[in-house]
Amino acid sequence: MLKSISIAAAAVFLAGAAHADITIATAGPMTGQYASFGAQMKAGAEAAVRDINAAGGVMGQMLKLEVGDDACDPKQAVAVANQMVNKGVVFMAGHFCSGSSIPASAVYSEEGIIQISPASTNPKLTDEGGPGTFRVCGRDDQQGQVAGEFLAKMYAGKNVAVVHDKTAYGKGLADATLANLEKAGGKVALYEAYTAGEKDYSALVTKLKQNKIDALYVGGYHTEAGLIVRQMRDQGLATQLISGDALVTQEYWSITGDAGEGTLMTFSPDPRKNPIAAPLVEKFRAEGIEPEGYVLYTYGAVQAWAQAVTKAGSTDFDGVVKALKSNQFSTVLGDFGFDAKGDVTAPGYVFYEWSKGNYDYLK
Amino acid sequence: MEYFAQQLINGLTLGSIYGLIAIGYTMVYGIIGMINFAHGEVFMIGAFIALIAFLAVTATGIAFVPLILLIMLATSMIFTAAYGWTVERLAYRPLRGSFRLAPLISAIGMSIFLQNYVQLLQGARVKTLQPIISGGVVLMEDDGFTVVLSYMQMLIVGLTLALMVAFWMMIERSSFGRSQRACEQDRTMAGLLGVDVDRTISLTFVTGAGLAAIAGMMFLLYYGVIDFFIGFLAGLKAFTAAVLGGIGSLPGAMLGGLLIGLIEAFWAGYFTTEYKDVAAFAILVLVLIFRPTGLLGRPEVEKV
Repeated sequence: MLKSISIAAAAVFLAGAAHADITIATAGPMTGQYASFGAQMKAGAEAAVRDINAAGGVMGQMLKLEVGDDACDPKQAVAVANQMVNKGVVFMAGHFCSGSSIPASAVYSEEGIIQISPASTNPKLTDEGGPGTFRVCGRDDQQGQVAGEFLAKMYAGKNVAVVHDKTAYGKGLADATLANLEKAGGKVALYEAYTAGEKDYSALVTKLKQNKIDALYVGGYHTEAGLIVRQMRDQGLATQLISGDALVTQEYWSITGDAGEGTLMTFSPDPRKNPIAAPLVEKFRAEGIEPEGYVLYTYGAVQAWAQAVTKAGSTDFDGVVKALKSNQFSTVLGDFGFDAKGDVTAPGYVFYEWSKGNYDYLK
Repeated sequence: MEYFAQQLINGLTLGSIYGLIAIGYTMVYGIIGMINFAHGEVFMIGAFIALIAFLAVTATGIAFVPLILLIMLATSMIFTAAYGWTVERLAYRPLRGSFRLAPLISAIGMSIFLQNYVQLLQGARVKTLQPIISGGVVLMEDDGFTVVLSYMQMLIVGLTLALMVAFWMMIERSSFGRSQRACEQDRTMAGLLGVDVDRTISLTFVTGAGLAAIAGMMFLLYYGVIDFFIGFLAGLKAFTAAVLGGIGSLPGAMLGGLLIGLIEAFWAGYFTTEYKDVAAFAILVLVLIFRPTGLLGRPEVEKV
């Protein structure tokens, strides 16, 4: 017994000595129907780690990346968080789905791991999260405000429907949009929920047709929104589809085909258009990766953390949190800092339009 | 009225797909008294093979739509049937003499295996297909509300009906159908009387998988999006349909499928989309309380 303990202790000591690297992680839906977003995060994090290591690492130490797969399932997200704890991760650039980030953040807070989500927009993440919970994307109360006011203005006196997928992200966004739409004097003709993963929306589409809906707001992800718009066009319905930032993937167009023409969505200003990001965008394209959606956001989250660690002089939790909250960071996303809650101080949301297989600012 | 008609079309289309899958469950149950939980996965494999066939055919430059569809259908049926046969041969036949729960557990294992197998081989991301058959006819129009019956929906419902009739004939008239019914009644006795029981059971799996392949291809064409996980939900609904209609009964499977599809469409149409699955399962529970053998099922006679 004693012998085995001493062997174990020696093993830990040796591992510790040989292991001067800093381990960081990203986690998101690497499998499942939202896997295209997981791929975006993985591409962004891998590129950031590679570039930081090529430039000499963080405080002279090399970064090592772990990738976790939560499949956007809240239960699996907690399991992944615990795995990351066991792997000695000091920083998590994740997760993707709000429904995953929120429960996982409890684990990270408890274990003193910094979390910067590149994509989770539900307000609860930073409102209720610990001091080490941050995000580099916007919040759904901002996104809902932009969308709600747009609907109220553009579709005044017309029929608007709001649907969501019952997830933390989808329902949160739909409700924020609804609240802002009503505050701006609009009202909805139909409010419905569907189950994520559902393929058949024909009954819902017929209902929209019956209620003569002019604009449909979807709080949900691209796979479902894509099927809804495709089935609307199949039934000869010309209703305008409007949704949020979970549509920023080419996969949306591959589902809808031409039916996706004219779909509107809100997303933060496209970081690909930043002059500062231009060389990196070139590099990604040279490797055959389009840095769309959240690729650059994940890259920027890792950059912000690395700069904070350099400023703090260690990877110690309290020091890095303080550095994150009191400094400005220059990243591919532009210059930004974090407020007391951990939200990013960067411009909020703008409208995009899908056309001919690509999305661009709504003109 | 127009609204009702459109929801009826929606429900019938969905129900036809459920019904085609449900036949696979009900036939296997009828003949060896076991629930083949891997059948949903066989349906998913059918959809994937149809997509692969489509990509291969269009790569050769063939652009004549009926020919493309025919090649897709044939390829998908042949390969999926091979999967059905293999699953039975590897996972169920060695356990046939074992206790009743053994093949059931084996089926669940097979279902997990097939899901992971496709995930590893084809990747975890969704696969998409642009509409091949688009457009439809406007049946009714009233105050701006049009009832649209798309060509795809016509194809699904029509093909399902045709297959049902053909299948019914096969079971009632052909020698394969006769040996199938014989095995269903008493396997040992059928064996003694010269029916090749192993072959009959294998063929049952093969035909069930063939129908699942057709359902998979229809699913692919109709929705245009598939992933390695579609078999789970579709299989669950189809299994429910088989139980609702009376497991072991062929017309029951079809009736159950159509009913589940219609319940979902009408519940979503007249109440709320949110609880349509709850509605379908609640009705299943109610039916089973009053008719434990399902709508068209025969009460099982305990053989002494």
